[in-house]
Order: sequence, then structure tokens, then C-alpha cells
Amino acid sequence: MTFHSDVYVATAPRDMRLMHRKSFAARIRDRRVSGWLFMLPLILINLFVVAIPSIFTLFFSFTDWSGVGDANFIGIDNYTKLFTDPEFTNALVHNIYWTVFFLIVPMTMGLFSAYALTRIRRFRVIFRVLYFIPHIVASVVNAAIWRSIMDPTAGFGSLLHLNFLGNPDTALGSVAFINNWAWWGFLVVVFLAAMRSISPALYEAASLDGAGPARQFFSVTLPGIRPTFVFLGLMTIIWSFLSFDYVYILTQGGPAGSTDVLSTLLYRNAFTNQESGYASATGVVLALISAIAVVTYLVIRRVKKWEI
Amino acid sequence: MSITSTALLTRATRLRRRTPPKGTDAGIFTCVSLTLLALFAIGPIILFFFNSVKTSNDYAASSLGLPKTWEWGNFLDAWIQGNIGAGLINSAVVVAGTAALTLVVSGCAAYALARLDIKGNRLFINYLLISSSLPTQMFLVPLFYMAVQARLYDTQIGLILIYVGLFSPFATLLLRSFMLTMPKELEEAARMDGANELGVLFRVVLPNALPGLLTVALVTALSAYNEFLFAVTFIQNSDLLPASTTFYSFQQGFTQNYPLVTAAGVIMIAPMLILFLFLQRRFISGLASSGLGG
Repeated sequence: MTFHSDVYVATAPRDMRLMHRKSFAARIRDRRVSGWLFMLPLILINLFVVAIPSIFTLFFSFTDWSGVGDANFIGIDNYTKLFTDPEFTNALVHNIYWTVFFLIVPMTMGLFSAYALTRIRRFRVIFRVLYFIPHIVASVVNAAIWRSIMDPTAGFGSLLHLNFLGNPDTALGSVAFINNWAWWGFLVVVFLAAMRSISPALYEAASLDGAGPARQFFSVTLPGIRPTFVFLGLMTIIWSFLSFDYVYILTQGGPAGSTDVLSTLLYRNAFTNQESGYASATGVVLALISAIAVVTYLVIRRVKKWEI
Repeated sequence: MSITSTALLTRATRLRRRTPPKGTDAGIFTCVSLTLLALFAIGPIILFFFNSVKTSNDYAASSLGLPKTWEWGNFLDAWIQGNIGAGLINSAVVVAGTAALTLVVSGCAAYALARLDIKGNRLFINYLLISSSLPTQMFLVPLFYMAVQARLYDTQIGLILIYVGLFSPFATLLLRSFMLTMPKELEEAARMDGANELGVLFRVVLPNALPGLLTVALVTALSAYNEFLFAVTFIQNSDLLPASTTFYSFQQGFTQNYPLVTAAGVIMIAPMLILFLFLQRRFISGLASSGLGG
């Protein structure tokens, strides 16, 4: 993908020679050239921060690089190792649990709240603000908030005699719960905006036909926001595989690997275990997963002819 | 739009042309659920605030109730011991730099993508979509060594450039979809009057896109202010730590005094909370109406 931007940077000056022509066609071309000039800052910064380091990672994934010193080419050994590594399987399974959780819990909360908000007359703005506030709280502070609420000696943990974050059976669910607290309000806001673009006449017609609120939701609302729904579903899958902050801050993958996800495993391999080559292979697999999700979305969008 | 809904629409317009009032009488179930969800969203923050004004003993007894005494001094102690002032100033520099640079970079690119029919437009948009959903771990390690080589490691300008690189693809997509909703006529008129592309961008497009730009600035500022992974990896100098890592290191060092750590957390979220409450309408509606693909 990155090579495309290279090509365009290279072609920009050649097109510039055409700039002195004054015909209508040249004016169009003018705009095409200036178009790439306008995009140059973005392309440059993207190359240096994202594209070039990503290519390095792809390269290192075929080496035994430790993070310092020389890197030796070892073919696809890192990739074959991934699929026999119990830590990788363990983390992958947790990512799948995580994805299922985030596809069900926040999506349901978001859809329900947004739909309920379209049906009330007053306080809609206040509710929307309240739901959104957790989303603007920094992850470090959010972690501190819930650590004190779940505290095993002073908080709910002591009331229920349960060490939420310290017990391997509940740790992953607790971290997902905490992350969701900061996440679902965002979905409410996006779903609400999409729902408000549905023509009120549709609801009116549905209610004239005797459809109740639940029926209206499934036959008017859901079809009306389908592009948003699919987009957020796919983004949820991507973000679920990349999720890092909350696991790292709250449990660092523990206890006993019970909350380890691919991104924390990768981080540990790269920075603690000095296995940068192996960690790079994990990164490439993660990138492939998100690429598949994005391409799926793009194909669906093209087939269904949705606007952006 | 499905066939049934189109049929419904035409039938409804035939029946009554007037737009009905937004919202209908909601049942008790709806109202109670919405209120409970609001409590779920806000309750933890209120508890957090209560904990920040407790004594250590009060906190140890319970982290869930009202404080027995209100120790307002906790905020001053946390401010001094946690070096919060310096953290906030460092964050202000990084956040302002990131937001300003992202606006320039993304504003120009979004204009080109929305209005100038360049070759490869579609492909580039897809690239931006993929690039903004790449795992950060995909480029973290090489980026670290590149930053060291470029002498940008452990500098604020380095962190700003990284943030611009991270946030600009999404900001560009957001601004582009915003610009697509703007009428083209004004721009065409300006072009007829002989304005060049730069003139059109700065005199016509950007002033009209101000709500979109403000949204992008807010979203970018929020992301930069709350960002943790890159801040903790790329800034080591304790004089340069932004608020998020200042709070994190304070927490690591003072784990025995929870109320003080909590007070520092309250101070850290306060600026964004206030900014959000003042600009919420623009913030939320801008972010949501940008469509996000919908």
C-alpha cells in the first residue's frame, strides 16, 4: 500500500510541466497537480511515522533481530513459531473473547440508548453528554477509577469477596468491562446521529401500521443505520485485536497470562524478552487481521453502493 | 433503502406532509433505563471525586462512600508532590502543537481529497483508512530507533510529529467527509473570480469548514492529551513528561496514598472535562455527523 504514495510523490513534478497550458483540460490538470501538493505534508509525515517503520517491521519479522545488534535472515521461522507458541494461542483466544464481548455488550448498550434517546422529548442532550463523558477520561485515570471501585480491600471486591483483577477467572472480563465503560458512550453518540437522519415519516407510517417501539426498531431504525452499524462492527473487530492500554495499565497480561492479548504479548516480546524479530511477526499478523476487516468493509461498501 | 421503507415513506407523505414532533412519549421502562445508564456512566467519576478528598484511613475503610471529612488540601499536596503543574504545561505544549499541525496537514489533504479530482483519490482514501487502523505495535520499535537517529527521541517536537503522523489520517477522513457536505457553489464562484487553489482553500473552504476544523482540533487534542503508549515510550526526561505519564509515574511511586493519587487523577481529567462541557454540542454533533463511514 505504501508504495502507491511513493509513486504519486514521484509523478507530481512531471505533471507540473503542464501547468503553463491555459486550456480547460490543463486547468483540470492544474488542480490535480496542486492536489498532490496539498497532500504532500500528510504523505511525508505518514511515510516517516507509519509507512517506513511498518516496512522495517515487515523486514524484521523475517529475522532473529533482538532489538540491538545484527539481524539475521531466518525466513518464515518466526511465523511458524507463532502457530506452535501456546502464549500466542492463549492471547489470540483472549482477543476473540474480547471481540465477541465488544460486538455484543457495547453495541447493544449503544443501540438501545440511542434508540431510547430518539423516543424521549426532553433531556436528550443531557443524557448524551453524560454517556459521553467516560469516553473523554484518559485511560490511565479510568484505570485508577475502576481499580479503586473494584478494590479487593476497600471497594466492591471486599463486599463480594472477589479480587476482580487479581483472579484469573474474572480478570479478563473485568478489564473488558472497564474498557467498555469508556467506550459505549461513543457508540451512543454515533448511532444517535445516524438514527436522527432517518425520516420521521417512516416511523409515523410504521406506527400507523400498528408497529410498536420494538418492531419499529427492527424494521425502520436498524435498516436505516445499516452502514453505520456495519462500519462500527468492523471497527470493533479491528480495535478489539489492537486493544492494549487497559490490559497493559491494569494487569500487564496477568495474573498467569489470563488477560494476555496479542498486543501485550508483542510488547513484552519486543521490549522485555528482546525478541524484536518474533514480536514483529506478531505485529504483521495483527496488521493482516485489521487489513482483512478493512477490506471486507470496503468491499461491502462498494457492493451496497453506500456513500462514505 | 429497502423497498418496504420506500413504500412506507411515500405512503406517509401522502397521509400527512407535516413533520411530526421529534420524539414520542416514552414508557417508564425507557426513562428508568436511560437514568440507570447515566448513573453507570457518571457514578464512578463522582466516587472518584469523593475518594480524592478522603483521608487515607477513610479511603482504606471504604472506597465507595461519601468522605467523612473533606480534605481539600489533597489537591494541593497532589499538585506539589506529583509535579502536576509541569505535566499540564508540557501537555499543553504537546496538545497545542499536535492540534495545530494536524489541522494544517489534514486540512490541506482533506481539501484535495474532497474537491480536487486527483488521480488515485479512492486508493489514497483506502490507504488512509488502513493506515489509521494499523496496530501501533506494527511500527513502534523501528520508529523508536528512527527517532533516536533523528535526535527526536525525548523531545516534545518528536512526540508532536509522531502524534501528527498517528492522528492525521483519521483527521483527514473526518474533514474530508465534512467538506463533502459543504456546497460547492461558493468555491466555483471564487474560482470564476480568478482565485487560485490556495486562495479558495483559505478564503472560502476553511472559513466554511470551521465547525469541522474545531471538531478535528478537539478530537486530536483529546487523543494527544490522553495518549499513553507513545508518551511513555518516547519521553523519558522527567521535566518533559506530559500529564498522562506524570500521573502514571506518580501512581507508581505513591501507591500507598490512594487519595493523593486520586486527587492527581481528578486534576488531570479536569481540563478536558471543562473543555468538553463548554464545547460539547460542537464536539459531539461534529464527531457524529461526520458520519464515521455511516
